[in-house]
Amino acid sequence: MIEPREPLLTDHAVEQFVGRLLQIGVGLSAAVVIVGGVMLLVHHGSEVPNYATFAGEPESIRSLCGIVQGVLAADSRSIIQFGLLLLIATPILRVAFTWIAFVLQRDRVYVFITSIVLILLLYGLIYGRA
Amino acid sequence: MTILTITILVLLGAFAAGLLGSLTGLGGGLIIVPMLTLLFKVDLRYAIGASLVSVIATSSGAAAAYVREGYTNVRVGILLEVGTVIGALVGAALAGITPTNVLAILLGAVLLITTYRALRPRPAHAILTTPDKWSERLRLDSTYPTATGKQAYSVTNVPAGLGLMFLAGILSALLGIGSGVVKVLAMDQMMRLPFKVSTTTSNFMIGVTAAASAGVYLHRGYIDPTIALPVMLGVLGGALLGARILNRANVKWLRTLFTVVVIVMGVQMLYKGIMGSI
Repeated sequence: MIEPREPLLTDHAVEQFVGRLLQIGVGLSAAVVIVGGVMLLVHHGSEVPNYATFAGEPESIRSLCGIVQGVLAADSRSIIQFGLLLLIATPILRVAFTWIAFVLQRDRVYVFITSIVLILLLYGLIYGRA
Repeated sequence: MTILTITILVLLGAFAAGLLGSLTGLGGGLIIVPMLTLLFKVDLRYAIGASLVSVIATSSGAAAAYVREGYTNVRVGILLEVGTVIGALVGAALAGITPTNVLAILLGAVLLITTYRALRPRPAHAILTTPDKWSERLRLDSTYPTATGKQAYSVTNVPAGLGLMFLAGILSALLGIGSGVVKVLAMDQMMRLPFKVSTTTSNFMIGVTAAASAGVYLHRGYIDPTIALPVMLGVLGGALLGARILNRANVKWLRTLFTVVVIVMGVQMLYKGIMGSI
């Protein structure tokens, strides 16, 4: 077995950084959701919704482009959905940083394994088909 | 009920779920779907979408504290995520064609099995120190901190662990749960990782697994912002408070309370599923 080269980043240093990243992601997402939530309650708080029958969300808050357009138009539901999108992206970003760390460590096996996970996650988020 | 009333009530319920889930270590995600469907009459698909979002929030929120302690095994986590993420995408595909009453029966069964396992004493195992073929090739062996310094450990049964992770991914997507119980079972009992390493690595994986299916559900219109909003903020707030008061709280009676809640909801989900009224 060939001795691995001295890693540029230790696993532990990467984890520390990634842990911080996750906290920031969750904090940011919660802040966006709260802003959207306050706007929603102010504008639509007295409406009576129907959650008992599944109709599916409108197309505008189901696609990434639609959500961004809604945010620009200051639509409260789109802002909440954007916050949730940030939250879903946080663990994916974590995997992306783990991938970079393995590249820097020149660990080919784990670059490959992490690539598979990352591709599957991005596929799910961008194409939305399973 | 108006949006305002529902938001406040769901926020309170989700806060309690997050708090109890965090104090008992069972996770709040487990009872979000039953709470939303049974108490608030929310459609099962919206409930699953909102629950998955809260699972990502608590997993990511708690991870920062765990990694600092140096227990998480990143290589084991990433490797097993191949299994959970493929499972989650398969589960998301299956969710679209599975009748909701079948999902309800499955969730009821998972709730009851989880409580059964949590109530039984955990069979302890010795730390493995001789590396096996897979563990050596994939460099899964590592160390973890103990009272007497760093303890080296090895890993076994990697292919079987991956298989069980695939199942954990399917369950996570189908039912909107973190399926931490299955993940810990695979790592602790099957792959023989130290218990503390298993639980923290499981938490590391839960967010990634849930993100895979949540992305799909967002496109499919399962994620309703007005339901996900109070669920996410409530569970997150409850879990953060739980982590803070864990050392001071009397966990024993809270654990009993949570167990009773989970059993009641599990039985109700089973009943409604079998009667086809969900």
